Amino acid sequence: MTFDYSKYLRNQYIPHMWCPGCGIGILLKAILRSVDAMGWKNDDIVLVSGIGCTSRMPGYVDFNTVHTTHGRALAFATGLKMARPDKHVIVVAGDGDSTAIGGNHFIHFCRRNIDINMIINDNNIYGMTGGQYSPTTPPGSYASTSPYGHVEPNFDIAKLAIGAGATYVARGTVAQGLILEKYIKASFAHKGASLVVAESTCPVQFGRRNRLGDPVDMLHWIKERGVAMRKAEKMSEEKLAGKYVMGEFIKDDSKLEYTERTRMLIEKVQQKENK
Amino acid sequence: MSNKLELWGGNDLIAQAAIDAGCRFFAGYPITPSSEIAEQLARKLPKVGGIFMQMEDEIASMGAIIGASLAGEKAMTATSGPGFSLKQENLGYACISETPCVIVDVMRGGPSTGLPTAPSQSDLMQVRWGTHGDHEIIAVTPAFMDEIYSETIRAFNLSEKFRIPVIILLDEILGHLHEGVQLPDPGSLEIVDRTKPTVPPEEYLPFDDRFGDVPPMANFFEGYRFHITGLSHGKSGFPTTDVEEVDAIQMRRQRKIIGNTDQILSNHEYHLDDAEIAVVAFGSVGRSAIDAIDEARKQGIKVGLLRPLTIWPFPEKRVLEIAKQVKKIIVPEMSLGQLILEVQRAANGNADIVGVQEVGGQLIRPREILAKLQEVI
Amino acid sequence: MADAAVAAPKAAKKKDKSPAKIEIINENCKACDICVDVCPQNVLAMRKDPAKWEGYVVEVIDLEKCTKCMLCEIECPDFAIEIS
Ligand code: SF4
Ligand code: SF4
Ligand code: SF4
Repeated sequence: MTFDYSKYLRNQYIPHMWCPGCGIGILLKAILRSVDAMGWKNDDIVLVSGIGCTSRMPGYVDFNTVHTTHGRALAFATGLKMARPDKHVIVVAGDGDSTAIGGNHFIHFCRRNIDINMIINDNNIYGMTGGQYSPTTPPGSYASTSPYGHVEPNFDIAKLAIGAGATYVARGTVAQGLILEKYIKASFAHKGASLVVAESTCPVQFGRRNRLGDPVDMLHWIKERGVAMRKAEKMSEEKLAGKYVMGEFIKDDSKLEYTERTRMLIEKVQQKENK
Repeated sequence: MSNKLELWGGNDLIAQAAIDAGCRFFAGYPITPSSEIAEQLARKLPKVGGIFMQMEDEIASMGAIIGASLAGEKAMTATSGPGFSLKQENLGYACISETPCVIVDVMRGGPSTGLPTAPSQSDLMQVRWGTHGDHEIIAVTPAFMDEIYSETIRAFNLSEKFRIPVIILLDEILGHLHEGVQLPDPGSLEIVDRTKPTVPPEEYLPFDDRFGDVPPMANFFEGYRFHITGLSHGKSGFPTTDVEEVDAIQMRRQRKIIGNTDQILSNHEYHLDDAEIAVVAFGSVGRSAIDAIDEARKQGIKVGLLRPLTIWPFPEKRVLEIAKQVKKIIVPEMSLGQLILEVQRAANGNADIVGVQEVGGQLIRPREILAKLQEVI
Repeated sequence: MADAAVAAPKAAKKKDKSPAKIEIINENCKACDICVDVCPQNVLAMRKDPAKWEGYVVEVIDLEKCTKCMLCEIECPDFAIEIS
């Protein structure tokens, strides 16, 4: 049966602003189904974003919502989570927002292992500002600021997060919405810093510049580049060039979460005070 | 802790006053000469169940306090000039989203890394105009220990009352100075909390002007789900580019401050009644001015002092009145002329205005102000 | 809680023999063609419609074949297709 998205949407703002075939809408739906599966109440959720196409998502959902400054969503989210550790803090961001201008906040969010659910819509481009290259733009591809082909190597965001200490990291794609939903749900259920990277499509700014065809062709392109984790383990680095690995890379429930550690510290200090 | 003389450092006292004002969230980043504020709060906040966080950078600290404030906490950060520069974008976010928060700027010499361990007053204009776009701001400038305490309380109160970031402006001298002070009993303080909505959630608009120029503010997670954005928005909080809507909300945000200056401004005035010369000064330089005036009075020079405790919004009406009364105004400041620009603007040609300026990283001493007084009579 | 949550999508795949009802919400549809492409049964097609800004609308051409697999609904970026 069709899922009833309307109870989570500010329906007066639908249809949304994203271009035809843009992957962000598919991601949004996966997030809403995951929220529903968790049984979370609208009032108990805050959705925080920065700047960019993906960051327009909070406007459409009927939660507490904050559209912050470029790259800073995690900083605001950290304040929100620390103030109300019992609530659900979700951050959505694009690849540029989260790993370029917001890169510092991103690694420290992972390191702290704070219970925020970070979801990155990775479409390899700055869409809203007109198609400039981002830290995940594949080398050789075209962007409005790499008209002769991109000369920089790109980030593997999932590896970055694992290296920085995130305790749940997975990568899926909007081309496979159900698998993506599975990862998002698992990340919601996890207590600690979690990251789900959704390999996504920007048919307008990335697709057109790189002659990837219409939204459908682009969805195929993104799907074909994905390699399952198990398969990737047996592949050489050359074979993996230009691909991305999909799966649940880490799920570590053994590490104490940050708001929990802070609470324990406060209790310890207060006990000592009262002696 | 009431009624007995205690020894306090300026930065340490800000930390205590913040807790007494109800601050339960602090996010900061180490920077000289403000670090003692963070260090003190790292010790004190857990004892009262509050949260202290040393963030990854200045920008994150500013973002985190806005986040905590949206969730209902009274929140503060502390920094100095270079860090304050980094906070400016998110400071503007607090302005446009009308989120209460308090920022301490313990000024040091600049530009750039400048003089980390020496005093300055050259952030005055950064405080007013550091973030881009038209906006109002409130800044308080205590000079004595008892004022550092009471102005910190007032900063939180103003911030909650007017839904605006408030800046506490100290300089390196005041931050590190230790003096005896008699503090009030925290129970006797007047503490202001943000006005909560009285309408049911379905009717709530976060920027509703039906209740005056300061809209009631709901906290997140209390049943009032709403949207906050740094984009220009209407009453509902959702982005708009409608010329009239944008204009109306900009004007209201301006009005909520300049229309309420009677509740925001606070000056210390000294011997102004019969003054023929006035001194306008704030912070540690204001203290030098008091000593200079005492000495000048002994010499028969009729001089008085206007020492704003609220520097932004600027007490322009009072400065104009004084300018009409006196022949000359002396403006001593530890910068190459920022306060003097405001005094000139407000005086509107009604008095001769003379600066005493110091940017080498030392305090303007009473004798330098006295020398200028003797020179201009 | 984690396991229950992860198991949930399986419920959606449960076989359901009743005839399908497909609703296209034209105000939301941006004619991206994704639903047509992902449908394994070729139930959907794009039809020219000069009245629409996009120039196309989605049409159900073979309702009988719909297995209610929900793929079109999952992959539609625009809340524009409902299966029941
Ligand atoms: S520019 Fe790209 S990312 Fe932005 S809405 Fe359009 S397709 Fe999506
Ligand atoms: S539910 Fe499955 S079979 Fe039916 S139209 Fe959609 S994609 Fe095709
Ligand atoms: S996927 Fe959705 S928006 Fe795209 S054509 Fe189909 S119904 Fe329309």
